[in-house]
Amino acid sequence: MPRTLDQTTQEVLELATRHFQATPGSLAPSDDFFRKLGINSLQALELLSRLENHFSIELPDYEMQGVSDFQTLAERIQSRL
Amino acid sequence: MLDLSKYPSIGGALHDAVKEFSGEICLIEADRERENHRLTYREFAARAKPLAKALQDGGFAAGDRASIIMTNQSKWLISAYAIFHCGGVLVPLDFKLTAAQQWDLLRHSGASVLITEYPIWRQLAAAADRRALCTDLRLVLVAEPPATAELADAQRWEEFRAAGEPALVPRERKDIASVVYSSGTGGQPKGCMMTHDNYLEQCVALTSLYPFWPGVRYLSILPTNHAIDFMVGFFGPFTCGAAVVHLRTLRPEFVREAFAKYKITYVSLVPLVLKNLQKGLEARFAELPAGKRKMFDLLVRVNKALTKSYPRLWLSRRLLPQVHSAFGGELRTIIVGGAFTEAQTLQFFYDLGIPVANGYGLTEAGTAITVNDLKPFRADTVGKPLPGMEVRIANPDREGIGEVTVRSKTVMAGYLNEPELTSRAIVDGWLITGDLGHFDAQGHLHLVGRKKNMIVTEEGKNIFPEDIEGNFASVPVKELCVFAADYIWPRRSMVAEQLVLVIHLEPGQVFCEELRSEVVARNNELLNYKRVHGFVIYEQDFPRNASQKVLREALRDHLALLDRATAVQPL
Repeated sequence: MPRTLDQTTQEVLELATRHFQATPGSLAPSDDFFRKLGINSLQALELLSRLENHFSIELPDYEMQGVSDFQTLAERIQSRL
Repeated sequence: MLDLSKYPSIGGALHDAVKEFSGEICLIEADRERENHRLTYREFAARAKPLAKALQDGGFAAGDRASIIMTNQSKWLISAYAIFHCGGVLVPLDFKLTAAQQWDLLRHSGASVLITEYPIWRQLAAAADRRALCTDLRLVLVAEPPATAELADAQRWEEFRAAGEPALVPRERKDIASVVYSSGTGGQPKGCMMTHDNYLEQCVALTSLYPFWPGVRYLSILPTNHAIDFMVGFFGPFTCGAAVVHLRTLRPEFVREAFAKYKITYVSLVPLVLKNLQKGLEARFAELPAGKRKMFDLLVRVNKALTKSYPRLWLSRRLLPQVHSAFGGELRTIIVGGAFTEAQTLQFFYDLGIPVANGYGLTEAGTAITVNDLKPFRADTVGKPLPGMEVRIANPDREGIGEVTVRSKTVMAGYLNEPELTSRAIVDGWLITGDLGHFDAQGHLHLVGRKKNMIVTEEGKNIFPEDIEGNFASVPVKELCVFAADYIWPRRSMVAEQLVLVIHLEPGQVFCEELRSEVVARNNELLNYKRVHGFVIYEQDFPRNASQKVLREALRDHLALLDRATAVQPL
């Protein structure tokens, strides 16, 4: 059964929460992950690698051009599932 | 290396370089573990010249401006070659800017051609209202669009080719070769007009200290629109027949692999990445069993003692083979730029036998002003002036500290369309850097602070307080202002620079929890590197001029009377 966009978004949020040790439930789809997690560009790349492993997909760096919120990130992942 | 003194232009030098080194490897482009292609100089020219011919056939002529907005890749350099071959002026823009910012700079630059890649074009196209303002733009080339992509009036980069030999359009040394945008306050674009002379002279000076030759491989990670990568990741290696390696991903795990896979000779990094590498190595060293760790530490001490006067790469590689093989075994130097680097980080790498070329530069000065010549290595300074650079400390105090000023053939011609700004930046032929420093007895420059109200982050991002002040506009206080803390209270260091919010409350108002929450909320809306670290409650009206503009210098002078340790409260 393929994942829905909502499921993908939820998994992205859960993985980011775990990886950056954020308070459970504190991240929302519309949040800007740079701002909300206080991370730098290198840490954002780390998150991408984790997401790739989790979803077993390849996310080219260019797909992330201009993306800074979880919702758009989840949409980009969904299009590659 | 080509004898650059013979050449009047970048285009002329590149034209001869592709002939001189025709059989040498010129570019390697990889994406993760896959190698996209490997080109010789001959193959490079075979890709660049048909593009140059098509541009010429389309009317692109000497002095016309063409912008490149691309991530680091072969097509960036192929496009730049074609632009210079046509006598054009290159406008390299930062691919990380927002589409609106990119359109604004395109308009400001007067570019008639834009060369970009599909993901960036997708964003630019979504801000079409700004496009309408770019009245000079006639041609847009988009690389790697999907087969079904709708490009409107843009054309596919891969198909924009014409047969026949393009004419090499002559340029003189004084002609403008590129317009490079450096950070400006309040959204005011600062387009540094760099001449062919600037680049040719800088290339000679830099390669005299850090030479390239056929077989050298430079890993291009810093954005090529940045002055450093343009010089050491394009023009420098090309004039010497060296190879440039591009990675289409900058994930740390693939960057690490690339060092070993491609036997990298040089790489340029920002301090943040260098520190990240240091952390990774320290973690690996910490995992060594006690006995091995003791032996390793001893070897590091031996290496340190034997390389005290100058680097001995062959020796370091034998003493510490595990460290060097992780970097491919052929790494000669890490070039660090874009921001100030902590001495401790520089020393860490040097002790392992990996010299870090720490330097100091400004886009306006044509990349580097000073660089560590490694004779001997010094982690506590930004090195000595490069050959051909006159560096003077203006109005030094009793300790010799004053504003760093520079005169050189590498200093820009001025800011595009900004004569007033130019006249403030270059006075009697001397570039006013806005940085404070002094020379030591060995002729090394020490930077101790800034004369300007700004900070530079470890990622190499320049932050101007005026640009983030607006984010706090809704905070209900009488008035507020953002400052670089070191601008108020100089502390003789350029690492870990911070911003502070200066707040003047309404009469009778107290800084309650609700107000603090509002400030924190507004602060958290900013990108992490733009956030203020603390606040100061100031109890007087801000000094203002007749048009009610805050007199920042006067306010700074008042604030400086406060004690930093007690005045700045954490948020």
